[in-house]
Amino acid sequence: MKKLKRFLALALAATMTFSLAACGGKDSDSTEKGSTTSTSSVKIGFITLHDENSTYDKNFIDAANAACEALGAEAVFKTNVSEGEDCYEAAADLADSGCDIVFADSFGHEDYMIQAAQEYPEVQFCHATGTQAHTANLDNFHNAFATIFEGRYLAGVVAGMKLNEMIEAGTITAEQAKIGYVGAYTYAEVISGYTSFFLGARSVCPSATMEVSFTGSWYDETAEKTAAQSLIDNKCVLISQHADSMGAPTACEKAGVPNVSYNGSTESACPNTYLVSSKINWQPYFEYIINSVANGTAIDDDWTGTLETGSVELTDLGSAVAEGTAEKLEEVKSQLEDGSLHVFDTTTFTVKGETLTTYMADVDTDADYTPDTEAIVDGYFAESSSRSAPYFNVEIDGITLANTAY
Amino acid sequence: MKLHISKRDTLSWQKSAAVRVIAIVLALIFIAVLCTGLTGSDPISVFESIISGAFGTQRRMWVTLQELSIMLIISLALTPAFKMQFWNIGGEGQVLIGALASAACMIKLGDKLPNAVVILIMIVASILAGAIWGFIPALFKALWNTNETLSTLMMNYIATQLVAFYTIVWEVPKGSGKIGIINSSTQVGWLPDIVNKYLLAIIIAAICTAAMYIYLKYTKHGYEISVVGESQNTARYVGINVEKVVIRTMLLSGGVCGLAGLLLTGGINHTVTTSIAGGMGFTAVMVSWLAKFNPITMVFTSLLIVFMDRGASEVATSCGLNESFSDIMTGIILFFIIGCEFFIRFKITRSKKVRKEA
Repeated sequence: MKKLKRFLALALAATMTFSLAACGGKDSDSTEKGSTTSTSSVKIGFITLHDENSTYDKNFIDAANAACEALGAEAVFKTNVSEGEDCYEAAADLADSGCDIVFADSFGHEDYMIQAAQEYPEVQFCHATGTQAHTANLDNFHNAFATIFEGRYLAGVVAGMKLNEMIEAGTITAEQAKIGYVGAYTYAEVISGYTSFFLGARSVCPSATMEVSFTGSWYDETAEKTAAQSLIDNKCVLISQHADSMGAPTACEKAGVPNVSYNGSTESACPNTYLVSSKINWQPYFEYIINSVANGTAIDDDWTGTLETGSVELTDLGSAVAEGTAEKLEEVKSQLEDGSLHVFDTTTFTVKGETLTTYMADVDTDADYTPDTEAIVDGYFAESSSRSAPYFNVEIDGITLANTAY
Repeated sequence: MKLHISKRDTLSWQKSAAVRVIAIVLALIFIAVLCTGLTGSDPISVFESIISGAFGTQRRMWVTLQELSIMLIISLALTPAFKMQFWNIGGEGQVLIGALASAACMIKLGDKLPNAVVILIMIVASILAGAIWGFIPALFKALWNTNETLSTLMMNYIATQLVAFYTIVWEVPKGSGKIGIINSSTQVGWLPDIVNKYLLAIIIAAICTAAMYIYLKYTKHGYEISVVGESQNTARYVGINVEKVVIRTMLLSGGVCGLAGLLLTGGINHTVTTSIAGGMGFTAVMVSWLAKFNPITMVFTSLLIVFMDRGASEVATSCGLNESFSDIMTGIILFFIIGCEFFIRFKITRSKKVRKEA
């Protein structure tokens, strides 16, 4: 037993020396370069739900690496952290190991991040997609999201152009322009996503309709593949998705059906059917929080990235897109940027045949989903203005839901 | 020259311990070679981060002990069934259903009853739920001699789907597919902290270990379990009611799994998800077998598994390797450990040529 203890003590000592040595190495590096920017002394820990095999997490990991490289900050990753006590332990462990900022990427991490934020008031805790920071009354807990509905709208324009091309070529009639959409849950983020995508498509192809199928999981390759296939069997001629695996894009590639992706380009895997992908680029946010900590300024409770901040992006267009798509995109994008076009303009859609004139959205999260904020402002639904995370959850005409079990 | 494999007399414990240590050392060397060969990273730093991941800070040490406790409780739960040669592969489902039962109490009774009463009901409910999940396959076995490996396994899926169903029923906010922390403001139904939030599970695991050791070794029930395990006919001959023993033991097995579920939901996570048991119900099968159904040895076998698992995430963080690599490492170590049992039980002798070639 004594021997065992001695061995453990030795092993521990060895670990600590090595980790000290590792730190030492880095410090001398930066002094040699003569860099004096304080961002290089910032250490930021990233907690991700899965690892780089999930398109959703890969998007965060790539942006984190890019931001830390640009600013010289030190990045530490904890991948495959489940949405439970695991997340609290990971966050606390990162705080223990000297991180100035701890970031988590999944919605279900939020409660546990708040728990850690209460325990480590000197560390900044940032959480993507969450909804509670603006009501949590914590100085060191922050939410962030981006106006991805604008990106979805633009991706929808690409889809609409493709539908028009198919109609003109005579492959389908105008009435057959049905889009299929694979969603994860009947959650506001998903509803806002597919509705903006659909409105974008319908803005160029007025006869477009859409059918949405839900999988009940953010990452379930088989379910996403099956859902996409059944939509294709249901005569959907173009597919998009809001779920994180390659299930839907590969099903489309196999069936030869055009696909609008999410989180990043799927062109390498699906060269024949890939059209475009909208994604949130998290690099501007990461740079913003690292700079804030370095300069000692406060981080917004609720940060919303936009087209202007570079947070909402479209990836490069695939070879299958219709002619003139790039020009049309530029035009719509500048309209969105100068505010002459609103994605959820109430004149462009109806709910049960009526134009929406008032809508109370559930912005402040509570157990009973009490609607608390008027969202219709100046003739459009003001998404992501009262809170960064989406709250548009209206079922509009023209979209049918194949199943709403989730 | 021929190689003969023959059964050994029992090795002295020193010798068999030596064989096991050699196996682990060989496994480590093999991993080191693989590590440098495949990834080019320095194996020493990989080993170091495993140790640091499991014991590097005080918090990590507590978490490791806490996970060890849960793993141990589930392994202990499966042990009496295995000893009886009843292959309970349903630990995962028994844990899940226990967790679901305590979550149900927290959600449904949280604002109706005082905290102490809620916790009391949770304890009863989760143990009962686990016991029922063990009882059903045992009853089928006793009545119709159904294959328990299949029926316990299938009960896992039922439990998982029930949890998935109630996740949608109780989700907050709607459509998010998660329940989140239950009663986070009132903390009703949260098991009390002893000194810190980790110690409760550790104490319960220690009590379970001692109790299970005594139960299996010194009680009439424990003796009946071994007799049924050795031979059901012998058991019948000496007047043991085999069906009764099977059902009783599975009630115990499931009940203790339910207790683990209670700790996971009421004590640690304060929520329930389909992945809350995290495959421990299956890993526990291995832990129990590796320990040869001895509750004391089980402390070390679960430590080995938990240690590798905790170390694994640190490897992913500090060495830039994917977590899959640590699964490979755990696999190699287990392969060597299980493989070395062969050399403990059998010996290989080289016989001289018996006949000369003509």
